[in-house]
Amino acid sequence: MLQQWKPDPTFYPSPKMAIDAPVEELAYVAAPRDDGKPDTMCVVDLNKGSDTYRQIVSKLELGVRDEIHHFNWNACSASLCPYAPHPYIERRYLVVPALRGSNIYILDVKDDPKSPKLIKTLDAKEVESRSGYTRPHTVHCGPEGIYVSALAAAGSEEGPGGIFLMDHYNFNILGQWEVERGPQSLSYDFWWHLGYDVAVTSEWGYPAMIENGLNLEDLMERKFGHKIHIWDIRHRKNIQTLDLGDDYQMTLELRPAHDPTKAYGFVNAVLNMNDLSSSIWTWYKDGDDWGIQKIIDIPAQAPENPDDLPPVLKDIGMIPPLVTDHILSLDDKFLYVSCWGTGEMLQYDVSDPFNPKHIGTLKIGGITKSHPHPAAGPVSGGPQMVELSRDGKRLYFTNSLYVALDNQFYPEGANGWMVKADTNVENGGLALDPDFFVDFGESRAHQIRLQGGDSSSDSYCYP
Amino acid sequence: MDTGSWLSYTLMGVYHGINPGMGWLFAVALGMQEKRRRAVIGALFPMALGHAISIAVVVFVIALAQRQIPENVLRIACATVLFGFGVYKFFSARHPKWVGMRVGFKDLTIWSFLMASAHGAGLMLVPFLLRTPAAEASAHMHHAPASMTDNAVMLLSAVGVHTLSFFVVTGIVAIVVYEVVGLALLRKAWFNLDLLWSIALMIAGIVTLFWKH
Repeated sequence: MLQQWKPDPTFYPSPKMAIDAPVEELAYVAAPRDDGKPDTMCVVDLNKGSDTYRQIVSKLELGVRDEIHHFNWNACSASLCPYAPHPYIERRYLVVPALRGSNIYILDVKDDPKSPKLIKTLDAKEVESRSGYTRPHTVHCGPEGIYVSALAAAGSEEGPGGIFLMDHYNFNILGQWEVERGPQSLSYDFWWHLGYDVAVTSEWGYPAMIENGLNLEDLMERKFGHKIHIWDIRHRKNIQTLDLGDDYQMTLELRPAHDPTKAYGFVNAVLNMNDLSSSIWTWYKDGDDWGIQKIIDIPAQAPENPDDLPPVLKDIGMIPPLVTDHILSLDDKFLYVSCWGTGEMLQYDVSDPFNPKHIGTLKIGGITKSHPHPAAGPVSGGPQMVELSRDGKRLYFTNSLYVALDNQFYPEGANGWMVKADTNVENGGLALDPDFFVDFGESRAHQIRLQGGDSSSDSYCYP
Repeated sequence: MDTGSWLSYTLMGVYHGINPGMGWLFAVALGMQEKRRRAVIGALFPMALGHAISIAVVVFVIALAQRQIPENVLRIACATVLFGFGVYKFFSARHPKWVGMRVGFKDLTIWSFLMASAHGAGLMLVPFLLRTPAAEASAHMHHAPASMTDNAVMLLSAVGVHTLSFFVVTGIVAIVVYEVVGLALLRKAWFNLDLLWSIALMIAGIVTLFWKH
């Protein structure tokens, strides 16, 4: 391939500089389906001056019942990292893993960003045989290539799940990343502190525990993940495991500080088995060791009419907040927390990562509640995958978690939507944009990626 | 060795020093991570050492080869390697893989050695090395323990001069970027020196082939 003369203009050395990036004009949204039609990668026009603003301008069909999930760019600001700089690689491909089908799709958005082209498919067989893993989930562009986490070991459908590497030029799978995985078997998300040569991984459940809806027996037996793991990136080995205790089930999304000199980050625990609350925890470097501490509890709420509860919650009689995603602004100041069950998006000031301040709440959807959207009236589902523009001013989110879980908690339907909230980055606060409602119809709507980068796409090596 | 050769070693050091991939950028990053200038300066010494070792390997391999291989054959071989490496670098964006910011003296020395070697830093000196009196020494091998020592001293001086200019330039760029300019520079001024480099290697290959003395 011919090289570029200048670094990709979407790469920024530091998160501080990325905040000044131009306003995004497109969003790529993963849209899985539950009706036998193919999942699609949808492109939403975010350019206010455009005739098609707030509309889906293209849909690219991928696999059937594939459950495309946490896709990401082939390259990002980590390409500027000083120890192996290769800034002339282009941010032009989306690496799209299918959490259920185990395929990985490579989409090229360069020629027509509004209409991605499928240029390569790594089918499940190839993914499994080359990586040793199945059910690929999260993708991050790292300093030396593309990292992908997966829920389970190929063949066994159980542990250990882990991480594998892909080449960022030809997208060949290079194989398992870990050298010494230590006690980790359940797997889910991962990210890192590049300034400390440390990676962090989290735990969800094996495929059988989620693919027919959350397996409640397993949940009662507290078999879901409740730990995070700290890794030495240079030696690819597990150096410490932090256990939240099995009261806390499902430790999912990892949001380390973007500033590489800061050694802390946030993780959500979906369910406290004692009271159905959700919680946010801060992990932090503590001398040579790492520690973790709970910083936010979000309680379950009582339904107005218990008869409206879905079967899965009937006996319990409460609505769990089901915090299943969150996003940290590039200045490491604001954390936005999705309460998928109670239909709330919460804003915290986490400038002090151990003393968060709750400064904003926005309501939309929710189990039995269905807080309406000004442009659409009552909506299905609740806030789930959340993404934030690099300047921190526009928050976008969708309503689908995972098809089987949508059906379990929102059995009356979970038609996909994407909305936008405007945030106040000076004093805090957030409000729904009353005119922005993108209707995905019978598709679900999951992960959002913003053109050029967003608040969970890039990693930085300079403060 | 003529003035032209000394100047070439020096200028080549300047060129390597400017390249962010070979030193100053990492030094700046370490300074920013630790938030002190001493970390920037401390990184420069192992970087210079690693760079010097990489250059020295090429210099001494060529010197040895000059004693064993007929001049014409060696020149054609070197020209082929240079040109071929240049073509490879032109078409391939492959880069050395290294992950790790927490590096000590040894790590940084190895890192710098790897980067310089992977970029073919020493190879650029080959056209000039082939013109040094070492070639003459090979023609008169029978008379010269003394001239062999002289030769080794001269080659070491070549490595030294090159490394010194690399060190000075890397150091100046690192300090200026760390203290004054900041990293916004990377977005504007960082053009693909590796691509330029690959073209330079191809030219060096051609020069080697035809530049007899």
